[in-house]
Amino acid sequence: MKEVRTGLLVLLVFSVLLGIVYPLVVMGIGQLAFSWRANGSLVAVGDRIVGSELIGQFFSSKGYFHGRPSSSDYDPMNSGGSNLAPASSTLLDEVEKRIALVHSEYGLPEESPVPADFVLASASGLDPEISVQSALLQAESIAATRGIDAQAVRSLIQRYTHGPFLGAFGEERVNVLRLNLALDKLVGRRVGSGSGPEASSPGAGKGEP
Amino acid sequence: MRGKDRVHERGQTIFDPALLLRAARGSFAKLNPVSLWRNPVMLIVEAGAVLTTVLTVVAAASGRTVSFGLQISIWLWFTVLFANFAEALAEAQGSARAEALRRSRKDLVACRLSDDGRREQVSAAALTKGDLIIVAGGEAIPGDGEIVEGTALVDESAITGESAPVVREAGGDRSGVTGGSRVLSGTIRVRITTDPGETFLDHMISMVEGARRHMTPNEVALQILLVGLTVLFVVVVMTVPAMARHMGVTTTVPVLVSLLVCLMPTTIGGLLPAIGIAGMDRLIQRNVVALSGRAVEASGDVDIVVLDKTGTITLGNRMATELIPADGVSREELLDAALFSSLSDETPEGRSIVVLCKNELGIKGRDIRAPEDAVFVPFSAAARMSGVDIGNRRVRKGSVDAVEAFVRAAGGAFPEPLRAWVDAIARCGDTPMTVAEGGRIIGVIRLKDVLKQGIKSRLAQLRQVGIKSVMITGDNLLTAASIAAEAGLDDFAAQARPEVKLDLIRKYQADGHLVAMIGDGTNDAPALAQADVAVAMNAGTQAAREAANMIDLDSNPTKLLDIVEVGKEILITRGALTTFSIANDVAKYFAIIPAIFASAYPELRTLNIMRLATPSSAVLAAVVFNASIIPLLIPLALRGVRFRARSASSVLRWNLLVYGLGGLVLPFLGIKLLDVVLVALRLV
Amino acid sequence: MVKAILSLLELAAILLPAAVFLGRYMARVFQGERSFLTPALRPVESLVYRLCRIDESREMSGRTYAICAVSFTLIGVLVLFLLQLLQGVLPLNPQGLRGVRWDTALSTAISFSTNTNWQSYAGETTMSHLTQMLGLAVQNFLSAGIGIAVALAMIRGFIRREANTVGSFWVDLVRSVVYVLLPLSLVLAVVLMSQGVVETLRPHATVETLEGVRQTIPVGPVASQEAIKELGTNGGGFFNANSAHPLENPNGLTNLLENVAMLLIPVALVFTFGRMIKNRKQGRALFAAMVVLFALGLAVALWAELAGNPLLAKAGIAGGANLEGKEMRFGLAPSVLFGQATTATSTGAVNSMHDSAMPLTGLVYLFNMGIGEVIFGGVGVGLVGMLFYVVLAMFVAGLMIGRTPEFLGKKLGPYEMIMAVVGVLLSPVILLCFLAVALAVPSGLAGLGNPSAHGLSEVLYAYTSAVGNNGSAFAGLSANTPFYNLTLGLAMLVGRFATLLPGLAIGASVARKKTAPVGVATFPTTGLLFVVVLVGAILLVGALTYFPAFSLGPILEHLRLVGGGTL
Repeated sequence: MKEVRTGLLVLLVFSVLLGIVYPLVVMGIGQLAFSWRANGSLVAVGDRIVGSELIGQFFSSKGYFHGRPSSSDYDPMNSGGSNLAPASSTLLDEVEKRIALVHSEYGLPEESPVPADFVLASASGLDPEISVQSALLQAESIAATRGIDAQAVRSLIQRYTHGPFLGAFGEERVNVLRLNLALDKLVGRRVGSGSGPEASSPGAGKGEP
Repeated sequence: MRGKDRVHERGQTIFDPALLLRAARGSFAKLNPVSLWRNPVMLIVEAGAVLTTVLTVVAAASGRTVSFGLQISIWLWFTVLFANFAEALAEAQGSARAEALRRSRKDLVACRLSDDGRREQVSAAALTKGDLIIVAGGEAIPGDGEIVEGTALVDESAITGESAPVVREAGGDRSGVTGGSRVLSGTIRVRITTDPGETFLDHMISMVEGARRHMTPNEVALQILLVGLTVLFVVVVMTVPAMARHMGVTTTVPVLVSLLVCLMPTTIGGLLPAIGIAGMDRLIQRNVVALSGRAVEASGDVDIVVLDKTGTITLGNRMATELIPADGVSREELLDAALFSSLSDETPEGRSIVVLCKNELGIKGRDIRAPEDAVFVPFSAAARMSGVDIGNRRVRKGSVDAVEAFVRAAGGAFPEPLRAWVDAIARCGDTPMTVAEGGRIIGVIRLKDVLKQGIKSRLAQLRQVGIKSVMITGDNLLTAASIAAEAGLDDFAAQARPEVKLDLIRKYQADGHLVAMIGDGTNDAPALAQADVAVAMNAGTQAAREAANMIDLDSNPTKLLDIVEVGKEILITRGALTTFSIANDVAKYFAIIPAIFASAYPELRTLNIMRLATPSSAVLAAVVFNASIIPLLIPLALRGVRFRARSASSVLRWNLLVYGLGGLVLPFLGIKLLDVVLVALRLV
Repeated sequence: MVKAILSLLELAAILLPAAVFLGRYMARVFQGERSFLTPALRPVESLVYRLCRIDESREMSGRTYAICAVSFTLIGVLVLFLLQLLQGVLPLNPQGLRGVRWDTALSTAISFSTNTNWQSYAGETTMSHLTQMLGLAVQNFLSAGIGIAVALAMIRGFIRREANTVGSFWVDLVRSVVYVLLPLSLVLAVVLMSQGVVETLRPHATVETLEGVRQTIPVGPVASQEAIKELGTNGGGFFNANSAHPLENPNGLTNLLENVAMLLIPVALVFTFGRMIKNRKQGRALFAAMVVLFALGLAVALWAELAGNPLLAKAGIAGGANLEGKEMRFGLAPSVLFGQATTATSTGAVNSMHDSAMPLTGLVYLFNMGIGEVIFGGVGVGLVGMLFYVVLAMFVAGLMIGRTPEFLGKKLGPYEMIMAVVGVLLSPVILLCFLAVALAVPSGLAGLGNPSAHGLSEVLYAYTSAVGNNGSAFAGLSANTPFYNLTLGLAMLVGRFATLLPGLAIGASVARKKTAPVGVATFPTTGLLFVVVLVGAILLVGALTYFPAFSLGPILEHLRLVGGGTL
C-alpha cells in the first residue's frame, strides 16, 4: 500500500539523518570541543591511564580511601545496583555485616551510626564519590597506614569536597579517585611496596572494603 | 400549574399495594437470563448468585458448614431481584395508565364508509390508514384520525383527563381526533390516519414497557461505561487468587464473587432501566406522549424554542374591535366592504370582522344577500388578503402591506392620515387590517391581540434554564415588536411566511444550536420535522402530529418547560447514581480486602478502618449493603433527581457533593452498621 | 527537606518558561506557520518530503492516519529486529558482539518502536555501536514523532467542524522530528558532552586502576542517544544503569537538564493544545490537573523516602537514609524527583534503582504508570490519554447537570465512550491478566528478585511499565527470559495501540460533528471545578483498579517495614 511504501522511505531517510548524520555531527562537535570529556574523562598518571574521573574503582588496601559498596565491584561492564528491596532480609544481613566491618576496621565504638553511603550499594555500581563523612571516617586509619599526619589527610579531604549543585542536587562529597591520586602525590608514592609509580600485584579478590 | 389542573387524578403513589404486588411478580419473571441479557451488569450478578448457590448446595451435601455461603447466595439473589423489582415497578406504573386507556378502546365499533358510499360496521381493530368513518353524537371515536367534514364537540377526558369538552372541526388547525374520545354533539367524518398498532397510544405503551423499549444513545453510552468498568472489575477480581497464592493465602469462590458483585456498578446497573421508564411515565403524567426517548433527552440541551404567536403566545383568535373609515368614506360603505370581503375568510379574524359588521349593521343570522355576480376570493396565507369581486369592483381586505401593494398596482396610493392610524394601532400591539376597493383605500380595521395568561413568567423560566424564545408571526413588524416586548421574548420574526419557520430552524441548527418547536398546523409540519425537539398539539392536524416527536395532549404550548425538566431530570438521575455507585466501591475494598488477607498478614489489619468484626461479617455486611442500597434508591430513581434552574456549575457542585462525596462516605457508615447488626444477630 | 523544595523550584524555574516558549513554537510549527527556525529547517523538511515522495498538502482521514501509525510502528519493529539479529556481521561493532538472541531482540524491537524502551538486556554487553545508533536511537526519534502526530490529529478533531480529515500523519511526523526533536537533541547532546557524557566510536577503554585491577570502561555514541532518550520520553539508556551511570549522567547539572528534558515536550504540548484550540485557559486547566497529580505523588514519595528505612536505622545507619540504589551526585530528593518525572511522563529512564526505593515511593511510581501515563505523560500520547479521562469525566459530569455530554462544544456519544473506555481500561485489564499469569507459572515466578510482597511488586511494576510504555523496571526482576520478553512485548504493543487507535478514532469522529455554542447551561471546563472533577476521576479509577495489587505489594511491605520486620 501507498502508506507502507512511504513508511519505508521515511524510515530509510530518517535512519540516515538521525542514525548517521546526527550522531556524527554530535561526535564531531564533541571530539573537537570537548575531546577529553567525550572520550570518557580518562585520568592518567604519567603516561598510564589509571581510570576515568567519572567511573569509580575498587579500593581495598588500607592506604587508600575506599569507595561505596558496589554490586559489581566496580566492573563497568556490569553496571547496575543490588535491586534489593528495603524490607529485604538479604539487604539487612549485608548491611549489618558491613557496619560491623566498618566499626572494626576504623575503630569506631559499637552502636555509633555509620554514614549511609558507606554501607549501601550505589545504583550504578560505579559511583565515583563518597560523602564527606565517609571520607573523614577513614582519615585516621589512612594517615596511620601511610605514616602522615591525620590533619593533613583531613585538609586534603576538605580541598576535594564539593557540595550540592545549585544547593540542591547531590550531597557534600569527594571524588575517591581524585582524592587517592592527591594522596599519592602528597605522600610521594603509591600504596604497595616501595616508592614511585609501579605496577603492583593484581587487585585483591572480591570482598567487602 | 403543571399536572395539577386536571380533574382526573392520574398519579398513583408507588406504595399502592396492587402495583407493588405486580412489580414483585415481575421481578421474578425478569430473572430469565434471556430478558436479563439487556442488562449485562445484572446478568453477571445472577451468574454469580447461581455459582455460589451451587457451591453452597455441594458443600451442604458433603456436610460442611454452609451458613456463610448460604447467606451470601441469598443476598446475591436479592441483589438481582431488587434490580428487577425496580424495573418492574417503573413499568407497572407506566403501563397502568396505558392499560386503562387501552381498555377504553378495545370493544369499539366503527361505521366505515366505503368508496361507493355504503356504510358497514367493523370493529375498531380492523380500521386501517385511509379508512373513512362516520361518528355521530354520543358515539366514541374508534381510532386516531383527522376530521374531513363537520364540526363536533368532543370529550377527551379518557385521554387527557380534561373533562371540559373541546371543539374539533374540519379545516384549520384543530382537526385532529384521538381514538377513545367521545363525540358529545355533532356528526363528523373522520379519515383514519394510523394503522392498528401504530397509534400514539401504542407508542406510549412501548415507551414504558421495558422489553420493547429502545435504549437512547445516551443510555447506550452509559451502558458502555458500565460494561467497561465491569470488565475491569472482573479482571481485578480474577487476579486476586493468583496474587493470594503467591503470598500463601487461599481464597474462596463465594468471597471472590462477593467482591466482584460489590465492585460492579450494581446500583446504577440495576436502576438504569427504571430511570428511563419512570421518566417517560412522568411525561405522561404531564400529558405529554413522547414518541422518541432520544428527543426527551435532547430537550435537556435545547437552547432555542420557536413559537407561533397566535394561539401560543396570544390567545388564539384576534378579535375585530373597531372600524375606522378613511377620509371621505362613509361608515356604511366601510362596513359593507369589510363584511363582503370577509365572508369567504374562514379564519377566526375574518369571522370576527363579519360578526362586528353584522352587529353594527343590525343584520341578524345569515340574512346576507350577496349580489348575483359576486365572486369570492378566499383568504390565503400567501396573499394575506381576502375579498370579493362584484362585477368590475374588486374589494379586498387584508394586511396593510398586502393591500397597499394591491392598491398601488391599481394605480392608487395609501392616504397619509390613515397611515397614522395604522401606526397607532400597531404601536398598541394590535393588528391593523386595511380594506380597499380598486385603487382606493376605504378604511382600517383594528384587531385586538391578547397575551395568554402567565406567558411572561413561563418565558422567563425558559430563559433561566438557558432557552431563548423566538416568536414567528405573519404580523407586521411593529405589532410583532410590541407583542415581543410585552411577553418578554428574546427574538422574533415578523411578516413571516410559513417557509420562514423552516429556514429559521435550519439557520439556528447550522450555528450549532438545538431547536425546539411547538406547532399544530399543517404548515408547521416541515419545521416540526426539522426541529430537534418537536411538540405537536394533539388537537392539531395529522401532518403536524406525524412530523413531531412529542405530542402534547393538553395542546398547551408552554408544555415545553415540563419536557425540558423531565429530560434533564432523567439525565441528572443517571449521572448522580452512576457517581454514587462508583464512589461506593472504595468502602467495599476497605471491607473485603483486609477480610481476605489480614489473617495471614496481620499488618494489613490497618486497612480495616471500619474495624469490622470478622472476615465473614465484613464480606456479608458489604454484600448486604450493596443489595439493600438498590431498593432504598428506587424512590429517587422513579421520582428523578429534581432539576433546579441554577447555573451549571452550581448544579454540578451540589450533585458532586451529595452523590460523589456522599457515595464515598455513606457505605463506610452503612457497612459498619450492618456489621454490628449481623454480629449482634449472630448471623456470622 | 529544604533541598527537596529547592530542587523542585530550580526544576520548575527552568522547565516552565522553556515549556511555554516551546508550546508556542510548536503551535506555530504544527499549524504550518513560520517560526524563527523556519529559514534553517524548512529546506530540510522539504528535502525529506521530496525524498519520500510525500505530498505535503494531502490530508488524511482518521482511518488512514491509523494505518500509517500502525504500519510505521510495525515496520520499525521488523527493521530493528533484523538489525539486532544481524549485528554480528554488520560494521561498527568494535566489541565484536554476536547477534542478539531472538526473544531479546523481539522484545527490544517492540519496546523501542512503541516508545517504551524496556531493556531486558544490558546495553554495554549486548548492543553494538551500530545497533545503538542506527536502530535504537532512530526509533527513539520516530516513536516520539508518532506520538505527537496522533495527539495532533486528536486535537484537530476538536477544532474542526464537519470535517473528514484530521491532518497528515507524514507531515506531522516529519515536522516533529525536524523542527522539534532534532534541534533540541542537538543542543542537549552538546551540553551533555561538555559535562562528561561520552560520544565516540572507539572501542571500550581498558585501564589499570591504582590498585592494579584491570577495568574495562565501555564508551560509545552515548550523548546523542541520551538527549533524545529524555526529550522523546523514551528512556532506553546506552548502559545498563541508565541515567544512574556516570557516563550517561555525570553531575548535578546534567541531572537537572535530563530531568527537565523528560518533562519539556509533554508539558509544552499541553500549552500547544491550548493555543491550537484557541482556548489557552483550557490548556492551563489541563496543565493544572496534571500539576496537582504530579505534586501529590511527589509529596508522598518524598515523604516516604526522606523518612528513611527504619530497619537500616536500627542496624546503625545514620538516619536510616535510604541511599541503597542511589548515587551521591544526586542524593535523595533529586532521585525521587527524577523517578517521579520518569514514571509520570512514561520516559522510564532512572537515576536510582526503583527496586530499592521505599515501598510507598514505589507505590507512587506504580500509580503514575498505572493510571495510564497521563500526568504530562509520554510525548503526544500523554495528552491523548488525559483526553480519554476528560471524555469519561465530561460524560458523567454532563449527565449530572442534565445535559447530553460534550467537551469543547462537541457532543460525546456512544462511539466516543467506547473509545475512551478502551483507551483508559484496556491497558489495566491486560496488565492484570498478565500479572495473574506470571504469578501462576514457574517461568514467571523464576524471575523474581525479591521475596513475597516485593516480588509481587516487581512483576506488577514490569507489566504496568510495559502497558504504559514506560520502560523503567524494578530491576531485580530477571526479565531476559523468553517468557517475560514475549509477554512484556505483547503488553507493550497492546498498551501503545490502545492509546494511539482510540485517540485517532475520537479525533476523527469528533471532527465530523458540529460545534455547539457555549451557553448558560454548559459547564465551564476551564475552572477549578473541572480540575477537581478530572483529578478526582483519575484518582478514583486508579484506586479502584489497583487497590488489591497495591495492598498486597507496596502497602503490605510498608506496613511490615514500619512494624520492624522484613519480608
